[in-house]
Amino acid sequence: MNDMTLTEKPVNASDIKITARNVQVYYGTTHAIKDVDVDIPDRTVTAFIGPSGCGKSTFLRCLNRMNDTISICRVTGNIALDGQDIYDKRVDPVQLRAKVGMVFQKPNPFPKSIYDNVAYGPKIHGMTRSRAELDEVVEGCLRRAALWNEVKDRLHAPGTGLSGGQQQRLCIARAIATSPEVLLMDEPCSALDPIATAQVEELIDELRSQFSVVIVTHSMQQAARVSQRTAFFHLGNLVEYGETGHIFTNPSDPRTESYITGRIG
Amino acid sequence: MSVGVLTLGILALAGAGFVLGRKRALSSVSGDPRNLHSLPGYHGQSVALFTAIPALLVMLIWLLLQPLFLEQRIATLLTPADIPDGSSQALVMSDVHRVAAGLDALAAKDGLSEQDIDLLRADLSDIRSRLAGVGVAVGDAIKPGVLTAAKAYRLQSATGRLVMGALALLLAVTGFGWSMRRITPEFRARNVFERFVVALLIGASMVAVLTTLGILLSLVFETRHFFQLYPARDFFFSLTWNPQFRGGSDLGIIPLLWGTLYVSFIALLVAVPLGLMAAIYLAEYAGKKTRTLAKPLIEVLAGIPTIVYGLFALITVGPALRDWFAQPLGLGSSASSVMTAGLVMGVMLIPFVSSLSDDIINAVPQSMRDGSYGLGATKSETVKQVILPAALPGIVGAVLLAASRAIGETMIVVMGAGAAARLDLNPFEAMTTVTVKIVSQLTGDTEFASPETLVAFALGLTLFVLTLGLNVLALYVVRKYREQYE
Ligand SMILES: Nc1ncnc2c1ncn2[C@@H]1O[C@H](COP(=O)(O)OP(=O)(O)O)[C@@H](O)[C@H]1O
Ligand SMILES: [Mg+2]
Repeated sequence: MNDMTLTEKPVNASDIKITARNVQVYYGTTHAIKDVDVDIPDRTVTAFIGPSGCGKSTFLRCLNRMNDTISICRVTGNIALDGQDIYDKRVDPVQLRAKVGMVFQKPNPFPKSIYDNVAYGPKIHGMTRSRAELDEVVEGCLRRAALWNEVKDRLHAPGTGLSGGQQQRLCIARAIATSPEVLLMDEPCSALDPIATAQVEELIDELRSQFSVVIVTHSMQQAARVSQRTAFFHLGNLVEYGETGHIFTNPSDPRTESYITGRIG
Repeated sequence: MSVGVLTLGILALAGAGFVLGRKRALSSVSGDPRNLHSLPGYHGQSVALFTAIPALLVMLIWLLLQPLFLEQRIATLLTPADIPDGSSQALVMSDVHRVAAGLDALAAKDGLSEQDIDLLRADLSDIRSRLAGVGVAVGDAIKPGVLTAAKAYRLQSATGRLVMGALALLLAVTGFGWSMRRITPEFRARNVFERFVVALLIGASMVAVLTTLGILLSLVFETRHFFQLYPARDFFFSLTWNPQFRGGSDLGIIPLLWGTLYVSFIALLVAVPLGLMAAIYLAEYAGKKTRTLAKPLIEVLAGIPTIVYGLFALITVGPALRDWFAQPLGLGSSASSVMTAGLVMGVMLIPFVSSLSDDIINAVPQSMRDGSYGLGATKSETVKQVILPAALPGIVGAVLLAASRAIGETMIVVMGAGAAARLDLNPFEAMTTVTVKIVSQLTGDTEFASPETLVAFALGLTLFVLTLGLNVLALYVVRKYREQYE
């Protein structure tokens, strides 16, 4: 762990984007998330770490109600985005997901052209009035995802024909095209090679200026490199949550310490 | 010796071979199987196989070929005088067979010895009534030539059987001895068995391939025969279908093809939207319980015999369409119509489309759905914009398979669409299809050498080429789709 650079990054903790209180998640009778309370700040990268199966993805999927698509999954407790309960009956999960975008573990571009992949969200939400405006949005998102220069000559080639790293950046471009306020990323680099990983990490750091980013990762180096705040999950419990530098250098819970020193995981 | 007893004998020898082979293998290593290359069971199996297989194979081939061979030899014994006017050699030969069978029955029932049978004379005793006495009826009085041929037939087939039995036994014993002798600890009986399994599997698949090939060849052969009697140009381009059993018929395929394609088109118009929507519902919307209940229920439709659909078309759908649509709209007064057959066939095809499409939609990776939902798309947006485009090639394949099924369908068309060959656009008019005409050209008492009957083969071949083309296209499309997500 000597190569870790633990620069202290300023966090404006007063600007809370998401508050979760007393969250429980059940898959049938399995209790997957137990009593989780967490405050996720705006314009910050928050990392969820923890051993496999501890519930990181499950909790992440609560934040944009993706768990609604799993029939046996039941969520209780309170999760609020900008103070508004997202599990309230008046909230349309479909609208919510446009505000809370998601990037998945495996790059999953649609079998459509690069252009149509990015234009998908704006089109279904009716966010642009003209073709020219849509072109602008697509170009803007591809630029912000650091992909524009590589694909500008083949916007109408299939998105599935790109390399793994390019596909993942395309998925990020696709997610930010609906102008979300929060971007959820579930192990976005685990299917990528080191160079593509470095590119995506750089991109995440830039995205921080516009969004609140929540990233699940199994790589502690990655958490240390990209995040300002880190949450450590273990067996469905949120064990420790705080500034990244603090968690990695001076964990207060023995479980966190054994995980980051490699004794559990 | 009868074939059954012989087979049992050979199998018994093979069984003994298994036991003895096992024993010998074990004793060759003084009871320690670890010193054997192959387990003792494999040695036993190899002995059993080499005892039984060659002998049984020779028997099978002999039994298939002997009648053909004898037929030829006996036929040369018949002189032209033995064949009455207006009869043919084939008819007389069947008399020969009957008389031979009668002689066998005489030998069995009346206890006639072989010498007695040899002494029977057609011109001296009334063999016909004696044969009738043992339950074998022969048409006319039996001519001496026929009797001689029948006697020769009996003798030669008995000799044939004897030689066959001897050969089979010899092979079984040789195989037994040879394979027993080669048992040593090093002998790779396991590999021998493996090769036998491969040969067995290849043999099994060859049966299907060779049958297809045989059917195709006979179709091609008879079609060539047809085109020698009837011009191919008229067959393919004439607009009338009007067979006359006295000759001079018009045998144009176009009205039949038109009927086939029209009925299939209407059927697909019904089956594709309904089947596809059912598939989307089952794959994307239905809960687990509904799915496990509804899917088999839909598939039951595919298990209903087509004749039942035909009845349904004839008795319910046809009259209903006539009374409610055709007559009020002034489109005709026929209960059999393209519409009737098309609608009913469409219902029959729903499970073909829905079941395959359901599998294909399920094969679209979950990550595609997650990606779309994660962007805030609704279910129907996801289905329309992501899942269907991804599944499209596979769905096209399913539709093509349903189409080839529609083209080959007969029963529903006979009962629903009628039998009148007609080129017409009105869907409430009776029309007919290629398959129906194949049936009607072959039923009835006609000579099997006229163009009116041989046309059935040309029709069959056309249909075969059409459905084969569709199937190949469908397989190609489906396979291409599969590669996309590998
Ligand atoms: N769709 C599901 N159905 C049932 N159980 C699930 C499902 N998804 C996850 N789980 C269970 O929930 C727990 C947490 O899983 P997950 O959130 O995927 O963990 P992580 O992402 O931290 O590896 C695991 O025990 C897992 O077995
Ligand atoms: Mg996970």
